[in-house]
Amino acid sequence: MKTFNKVFTVLVFIFLYVPMLVLTVASFNKGMDVAVWKGFTFDQYAALFQDGVLLPLLLNSLIVAVVSSLVATVLGTMAALGIHSMSGRMRRLTMAITNIPMTNPEIVTGVSLALLFAFAGQMMKLKSVLGFTTLLIAHITFNLPYVILSVMPKLGQMDPDLRDAAMDLGCTPMQAFFQVIIHEILPGIVSGALMAFTMSLDDFVISYFVYGPGFVTLPVEIYNYTKKPLHPKIYALFTLLFLVILVVMVGMNLMQGREDERRRRARGVFGKGEAA
Amino acid sequence: MKTKGLAAPYLVWMAIFTLVPLGIVLFYALTDSVSGSFTLANLARIGSYMPIFLKSVWLAILSSAICLVIGYPVAYYIASCSPMKQRFLYMLLMLPMCMSFLLRTLAWVALLEDTGIINSVITSMGLRPLPLIRNGGAVVLGMVYNYLPYMIMPLYTVLMKLDNRLVEAAEDLGCTPGQTFLRVTLPLSTPGIISGITMVFVPAVSTFYISQKMGSSGTTLIGDVIESQFKAAYNPNLGAALSLALMVLVFACTAVMNRFGDGEEVVVL
Amino acid sequence: MKKRILSFLCALALAAALLPAPRAKAAGRVVNVYNWGQYISDGTDGYLDINAAFEEATGIHVNYMTFDTNESMYTKLKTGGSSYDVIVPSDYMVARLIDEGLLLPLNFDNIPNYQYIDEAYRHTDYDPDDLYSVPYTWGTMGVIYNSAYVDEEDVGGWDLLWNEKYAGKILQFDNPRDAFGVAQSLLGYSLNTHSEEELRAVTYKLMEQKPLVQSYVMDQIYDKMERGEAWIAPYYAGDYLMMAEENEDLRYYFPKEGFNRFIDALCIPTCCSDKEAAEMYINFLCDPEVCAENMEYLGYSVPESAAKEYMDPESVANEVAYPDEETLARGEYYLYLDTETTQLMDSLWLEVKTEGGVDYGPIVGISLTALLVGGFLTARGVRDRRRKANRCRKWRQAS
Repeated sequence: MKTFNKVFTVLVFIFLYVPMLVLTVASFNKGMDVAVWKGFTFDQYAALFQDGVLLPLLLNSLIVAVVSSLVATVLGTMAALGIHSMSGRMRRLTMAITNIPMTNPEIVTGVSLALLFAFAGQMMKLKSVLGFTTLLIAHITFNLPYVILSVMPKLGQMDPDLRDAAMDLGCTPMQAFFQVIIHEILPGIVSGALMAFTMSLDDFVISYFVYGPGFVTLPVEIYNYTKKPLHPKIYALFTLLFLVILVVMVGMNLMQGREDERRRRARGVFGKGEAA
Repeated sequence: MKTKGLAAPYLVWMAIFTLVPLGIVLFYALTDSVSGSFTLANLARIGSYMPIFLKSVWLAILSSAICLVIGYPVAYYIASCSPMKQRFLYMLLMLPMCMSFLLRTLAWVALLEDTGIINSVITSMGLRPLPLIRNGGAVVLGMVYNYLPYMIMPLYTVLMKLDNRLVEAAEDLGCTPGQTFLRVTLPLSTPGIISGITMVFVPAVSTFYISQKMGSSGTTLIGDVIESQFKAAYNPNLGAALSLALMVLVFACTAVMNRFGDGEEVVVL
Repeated sequence: MKKRILSFLCALALAAALLPAPRAKAAGRVVNVYNWGQYISDGTDGYLDINAAFEEATGIHVNYMTFDTNESMYTKLKTGGSSYDVIVPSDYMVARLIDEGLLLPLNFDNIPNYQYIDEAYRHTDYDPDDLYSVPYTWGTMGVIYNSAYVDEEDVGGWDLLWNEKYAGKILQFDNPRDAFGVAQSLLGYSLNTHSEEELRAVTYKLMEQKPLVQSYVMDQIYDKMERGEAWIAPYYAGDYLMMAEENEDLRYYFPKEGFNRFIDALCIPTCCSDKEAAEMYINFLCDPEVCAENMEYLGYSVPESAAKEYMDPESVANEVAYPDEETLARGEYYLYLDTETTQLMDSLWLEVKTEGGVDYGPIVGISLTALLVGGFLTARGVRDRRRKANRCRKWRQAS
């Protein structure tokens, strides 16, 4: 059984990675056609750096992802603290609202925000509402639930007396939060922020409905590209991004591995603590 | 206590950018595209898109089921590895999700086309090219490929946390491995299955890109129709009505799914 | 670990802040151009990069975006929220935009190069008083086929697109007006019919074609035809000339039943934010030398004879781009149909796109799933109730 699972897992991973391999190989292909190998070249990479269109768009995507995930993390953590102290119907209602963007199909979220912005634009008699701001608002909106849902469980695990203890020892509520509570829930905040960042960086569907001509993100432009004959420089960009993300992920993986090792040793010494 | 107030900015935000937009969708669905007066005509037209809805739901069910069948052994295997290996495999699973799904889908097109990579190999061996793309199967393949990690991740989270002592207890009490799986492991992983299916089903039923690229002229899905009403044929009113119907459909399906979990809170991540 | 991730995020934010701001935000004037895909010389193959040249000449940054059908461009304008300065609709769409008050009258003092536009392309049906538009190109719509796979004897009319021999290798337009135009020409109707009966007949004709159609496409046609993924497609003559450079087997003909002839024009929509810059851009495109370079690259036909002097004599003599008068006489312009007819056509087109015949697969599949789910839930409910009853009984016995 174990061997079967192992072989099966390997096959599934091959299935997941074949298309990425195709794109990577295509980025070194001389011809335009992915299916026909015309020889090895770095030209697509040169074209990528010369063209000056795709890289600024990547930057746009990064800006939106960073800003929206930061705002969503702050707002979301505050909200999680608030929700945590709620009870009964109020809490259920708030959680139901949080679940709407999570469960709603992306296309419906995108469409509804597009209609809202168009409506607001008409009200304010603005010629161009769609742009960086609308994109940012949309991204924050779909990022918020991810932050809340990853902070909430950590708050649940936290000892409820911790805060009171801190305040008894003379902390103001603010100090209690920044010196005590935040340390308890930081893993939740960080994983929420990272989740929000990745979701925002690769979001296409919602951005597609709310972007404006002045500010386009990479996934939206890639979609526009796929409607035209695709230039292979886009595969070069894909390969580079793949490498960057790979390095970041492996790096984080190693760091986490070392951290876990240290924690395990510390546990061995003091003989206490529970598996995180 | 003032902490409750911390949720206020969030609630205001969600009210403006989630509830109000849905209200506007409802408003558009109930107005005429030309005169702007109240009408039920858009909602009435939903009926004629029933076959499209059915097709979308069916393809989404198929791909959720396939994802479950493929994803479960993988999640099971990953959860049974050493922590070091688990982290590595989990990373490998996350990695494709960070890359543009548009381009990855396009890579499948390049693989499967009549003049694509696989068929080039086949024709070079002197055989006739196979119809690999532009059919329902290709759309399901695209969905399975894109959403499989969303199935494996919650399954893995649940299986990893599964208390091994329960499995050992079942074995000690004389269960065969098959029985242990069916009566202990599988029921305990229900929350993961539910959230996995939801996370595959919802994007699959509303996709428009995958059906555009992998499908034929006959596999138009509901997402395509909605997209076209907002992007190609200016009729946001019909589009809003269809979005509303899609939303109701998805919430109904999630409600049914949650019945499986005995009302337990569904793990999402 | 947490700190490291946090510092990683901070570093990312910092990196984003330090990198140069996106160009669109740079101070100075911007002209937002919304044009068809593959519809301007962009500096490839040694031709002039027109947008870069304009930036150099005027210092105004060109923010260039593309659309793939008149209808999607119209939708974008109508939805609002975005500002465009120059758009390039086709004839019938110009008329529609004028009719709906979405275009601004041009100030021709800022467009001196308008003098080069030929008399034949002035006082058109769509803009009779020459107030709103400046012709950009003109062209025809015909059939492109791959001579390596298509028999010469099948060629000649629009019926090639309904030929079952080539099922799955045929492309069709992904916009209502052009797709209807193809079927209207085949059926011998006017391209500007208002008759609902005729439009319905056209709809059935298109539904009949649907099983043979590989995809409904616009700009993707390049890729598909050049690589031989598809063999037959109706498209615009200028684009054929571009494709033929990549694949020598491609051929083009003017169908015997007649075809559409069109003019694409430069206009300024009401959502424009810098009208003067827009007019400068239009003027720049009409400069005979720039225009010559552009048309040479595009393969579309040029509406100003002055530009022909700068062009390769061979391309000016090309019969696909510049057919003889006799052939041209078979062409018919699209006119703007009223709102009602346009709406009817839109909804009929949606019928074509969504028509799929009665398919029992999904119905059976969904019913089975529903049965399974319902059965499971009921069975579990019954089991739970029985267990609870048992437990109660045992408890009662015990007490």
